[in-house]
Amino acid sequence: MVENRPWVTFFSHAVLVLGVLTIAFPLYVTFIASTHTLEAIMQAPMPLLPGDRFVENFTQVLTAGSTKGSKAAAAQMLVNSLVMALVIPLGKTVISIISAFAIVYFRFPLRMFFFWMIFVTLMLPVEVRIIPTFKVISDLGMLNSYAGLTIPLIASATATFLFRQFFMTVPDELAEAARVDGAGPMRFFRDVLLPLSKTTMAALFVIQFIYGWNQYLWPLLITTDESMYTTVIGIKRMIVGGDAANEWNLIMATAMLAMLPPALVVVLMQKWFVKGLVETEK
Amino acid sequence: MAAVSFRNVRKRYGELQVIHGVNVEIADGEFIVILGPSGCGKSTLLRMVAGLEAITAGEIAIGERVVNHLEPKDRDIAMVFQNYALYPHMSVYDNMAYGLRIRGLSKSDIDARVKRAAAILELGELLQRRPRQLSGGQRQRVAMGRAIVREPAAFLFDEPLSNLDAKLRVQMRAELQALHRRLGTTSLYVTHDQVEAMTLADRMIVMNAGRAEQIGAPLEVYARPATTFVAGFIGSPPMNLIPQRRGEREVLLGVRPEHLEPCSAAEAALTVDIDLVEPLGSDTLVYGHLAASNGAGARVAVRLHQSVDARTGHLAVRFDPAKAHYFDAASGAHLAD
Repeated sequence: MVENRPWVTFFSHAVLVLGVLTIAFPLYVTFIASTHTLEAIMQAPMPLLPGDRFVENFTQVLTAGSTKGSKAAAAQMLVNSLVMALVIPLGKTVISIISAFAIVYFRFPLRMFFFWMIFVTLMLPVEVRIIPTFKVISDLGMLNSYAGLTIPLIASATATFLFRQFFMTVPDELAEAARVDGAGPMRFFRDVLLPLSKTTMAALFVIQFIYGWNQYLWPLLITTDESMYTTVIGIKRMIVGGDAANEWNLIMATAMLAMLPPALVVVLMQKWFVKGLVETEK
Repeated sequence: MAAVSFRNVRKRYGELQVIHGVNVEIADGEFIVILGPSGCGKSTLLRMVAGLEAITAGEIAIGERVVNHLEPKDRDIAMVFQNYALYPHMSVYDNMAYGLRIRGLSKSDIDARVKRAAAILELGELLQRRPRQLSGGQRQRVAMGRAIVREPAAFLFDEPLSNLDAKLRVQMRAELQALHRRLGTTSLYVTHDQVEAMTLADRMIVMNAGRAEQIGAPLEVYARPATTFVAGFIGSPPMNLIPQRRGEREVLLGVRPEHLEPCSAAEAALTVDIDLVEPLGSDTLVYGHLAASNGAGARVAVRLHQSVDARTGHLAVRFDPAKAHYFDAASGAHLAD
């Protein structure tokens, strides 16, 4: 809209600035808190300028954890989170793209039934089925393992649906041209569909990386061993009791560490992410 | 290269029959155009040759081989699609080479074939480009190149020019003609555009509602349409069909607009009340309806070679009886003279 109405411009900018501050200020406070001693931030009002304990606090959480709460080192927790955040998107992509390929390109008995079964599971988030899933994983002896952390979260209706929608936009003639060229179904999948799906896969990866990284309830249930904590769980386990009992500076440092990788993934993959959501190469 | 035979070919989707028994023998090297309005089954017929649609009954043979149950890749055909269907992520070179690679040709063979096709189609400069970096006409040529490199027994074209603008269409039509003269490959070409059909075809198959209404050379079909459908479909404006009575029989008199010539009222075979005049420069189209005295207000078009000033009024016309046709009003079939 091209309009010259100063008050409208001022007002809309004010709203935007306010919005940014609402999001950014807590992040800023988190960062400030992670650079002070515990005593410094327990004062009221707490300081709003960076302190001098940045290196000490971060070294402490990365190598040794907190002294009062969990003693798990954040370095190990970051590795665990990373494993979860990588295995889940990869597994989801592989399984979903193959099931979407089957549903869109093959005519088999009960095809629509299976499609709707996958679709219906969209309505069942992890939290709803968490008790039976826990029982299964526990009976299979997968508590406190990477397999237990990732496998139950890999099946994905959302990703299957996303790939299905993408495949439906690929012109039928492309499949027919490949058939005339002599490419069998798997060859068509490998040579044509996979390369065309690159941007969709990238978008999915970004979304699912964040989904995997931020998992809370599931890792909380099935990890009891400190060496299997993910970063998000690590933060929870550092909080032991009343306000004064916690080392907020160390907790805030861990929170900073937990926020960084998803932010990095979004920033680095932003171009691909946007491409995958808005544009298709056809 | 090879002949192509259709023997009583039928297609049925469940209860719905869309092709009602087509019989035609296409000679080796012939350029056949399948012409008809949308939904007449012309594309289905072509896709049955390609192997993209199953054949419900009858036989299609390419050369000596009945191909009913062969996969498209084993039929020795190449197809050009309406939207080109180029692989968007591959270069022009790879688009053309893909089918050859699958067939396991050697690298040097593939290279030679692609380069030769690129030279014929003047694509040499564009081999490393992606399809989206090409214009419509260039994409069309790449799609043709992909067909040429296979050196097939027959080319199948499914409305290949209909996504191009009018000017480019005329140019590509000429190129197609030159290409066919050069390669001499049997070609089946589906279109709804009668100008393409008239200019490209050795013979054309005019289809209507799943039936081949007439098969013949373009001028022959134009001069002697077998049915009222063909008479009304070919020619622009189409042949005038005027209800008349011949003894006890209801018939339709068919005269092409260009075969009507103005004359004095005394000589007039028909008198037209003018509704609309369209001056086209080279000639003038007059649309009107018959005066009540002859025929019950049937609509008539006349192509005049001189300009007329009148926008309304009457126009007396006559025609050479040798150029008139009579059709049975009920069946639409051409009546012997």
